[in-house]
Amino acid sequence: MSEVAGMTEMKISEHAELAAERKAGDEKTLFGFWLYIMTDCVLFASLFATYAVLHNNTYGGPDGSKLFDSGSVLTETLILLTSSFTCGLAMLAARARKKRQVIGWFIVTGLLGLAFLGIEIHEFIGLVNSANSWRRNGFLSAFFTLVGTHGTHITIGLLWMSAMIIKVFKTGLSRATIRRLSMLSYFWHFLDIVWIFIFTVVYMLGMR
Amino acid sequence: MASNKDYVIPEPEKESGSLPSYVFGFASSIILTLVAYFLAVKHTFNGYTLITVLVELAIVQFVVQLFFFLHFGKGKSAGFKLLTLVLMIFFVIVVVLGSIWIMSNLNYNMSPKHINQYMLQQSAEGF
Repeated sequence: MSEVAGMTEMKISEHAELAAERKAGDEKTLFGFWLYIMTDCVLFASLFATYAVLHNNTYGGPDGSKLFDSGSVLTETLILLTSSFTCGLAMLAARARKKRQVIGWFIVTGLLGLAFLGIEIHEFIGLVNSANSWRRNGFLSAFFTLVGTHGTHITIGLLWMSAMIIKVFKTGLSRATIRRLSMLSYFWHFLDIVWIFIFTVVYMLGMR
Repeated sequence: MASNKDYVIPEPEKESGSLPSYVFGFASSIILTLVAYFLAVKHTFNGYTLITVLVELAIVQFVVQLFFFLHFGKGKSAGFKLLTLVLMIFFVIVVVLGSIWIMSNLNYNMSPKHINQYMLQQSAEGF
């Protein structure tokens, strides 16, 4: 065995063992992140429970059917769904070690996420300006808390996504980076799944 | 010679999905979303029928995305993921349905009529 400037030679079997160990470690890390996602679901459950209890407490004010715009709700839902799909495409590219495609698809995912956020913020501003802020009644209090918490998660996801895009651009697709991208994709898919229920329970049932 | 940083042995990736599975998941989710949207907006059903149908569509879409986007069931810790998923769903059901039940019960039992009844009863018993 020769040592060259600090680098040592390993046998192929030692490489395989090390790679297998690291892969098992990655598997555990991903499971740990899944566990966090499960707890985040319980958090959203408590916000849904609050909304379910308070959704009729309008204190004489307008309810969902008068406050929600079905067109923009459908639009933002389809946008977020598409971003979940493009996130999946980005992960396929990551597994195929195609760095440029990873960056490209995550940029698309991020832009769609930004569009979703834009529509949602526009809706919030409209509500606040029409004297329908969270201060008006229990219904709106619960609405802004639930939908706002989801929007906050989206914002954090977008910040994380920007950081990962820059990381991949600068240092490529190492195993650690792919592991982190996997966690980001879990997070992003989970946010779309939570939105399915917000779309259904808050908007669809609120507008009937 | 090798660096001990990130030597990757090429291996078939079992945990990832494939393009057809993502496309199928995406298309199904769009259809489920549009069906829910038009059922709600066109007022096709009323009351509890609508609620049931919409919630069922949401659950189906959740399962679709769970399998086709999150690749649930693949990978080595699939068993643990199933266990924690079931536990989470249990907590969600208890928190949501429990809150609705309790608050609805309180709302009913603390209406003015019921409070008056209760207070009259209590004073009749000498409290």
